[in-house]
Amino acid sequence: MNTFYFIAFLSVFFAILVISAKNPVHSILYLILTFFTFTVHYILLNAQFLAIVNFIVYMGAILVLFLYTLMLMNLNKESEQPKSNLIKIAAVIGGGCFLVTIVAALRTFGHSEPVILKDPNLGLVKNLGKTLFNEYLLPFEISSVLLLSAMVGAVLLATKDPKTTA
Amino acid sequence: MEHLTQTIQTVPLNAYILLSSVIFAIGVIGVLVRRNAIVIFMSVELMLNAVNLLLTAFSVYLGDSSGQVFVFFIMALAAAEVAIGLAIIVMIYRNTNSIDINVLNRLKW
Repeated sequence: MNTFYFIAFLSVFFAILVISAKNPVHSILYLILTFFTFTVHYILLNAQFLAIVNFIVYMGAILVLFLYTLMLMNLNKESEQPKSNLIKIAAVIGGGCFLVTIVAALRTFGHSEPVILKDPNLGLVKNLGKTLFNEYLLPFEISSVLLLSAMVGAVLLATKDPKTTA
Repeated sequence: MEHLTQTIQTVPLNAYILLSSVIFAIGVIGVLVRRNAIVIFMSVELMLNAVNLLLTAFSVYLGDSSGQVFVFFIMALAAAEVAIGLAIIVMIYRNTNSIDINVLNRLKW
């Protein structure tokens, strides 16, 4: 059996568990597993740099931040009230319509060619670094400004306002 | 490593598009179904990752490394977005003692 289909099944399975778990902490742990399967997908595509970045940034930083925020809020005493069944059915129909549209558009393509790695160096750090620092140098520098403003904004939003609390 | 990457030689591009759209749809359903703001935020992350995977698959399919650079930018953007979003959620929790989005319906009018 092909490795890809097994990992794809695991991705979908854990993604469904993320949105159906009752406890938000379980939700985050399933999300970590989902992102781990994405890392395996990147390795299968030989995108080694992205696999490492996904592993470190997503699983290491972003999801720990989620977990930390959730533990700061003491939510265990009152569990989440589920939405009414009507809204749930409407939501599943809405998401299903989106999926059906994409799949129907895909069917008009017919049979597609397999994904073949033409250049084995494509996803390696050396090759990506050349592209990043030649063609995409300006967006790279601008993203540093984005990260700085995000950091300032997060600190500004999350600190307590002394006028209102005093 | 070569042994691993041999296995994708038989996977059609449609399989990647299908996988990404299924995970994107699960993210959309998660945003619509849940009431906890943090779980809604996690569904948004799921959608971002589905798109990342599809961009990488297209990049490998076309033999163009620009797609993977875009994914790198999207990851940087996602990190900034998570920091801001979680700060907003913490602020809401401090003001209303809840992260249930139905408490926030004052924004409707």
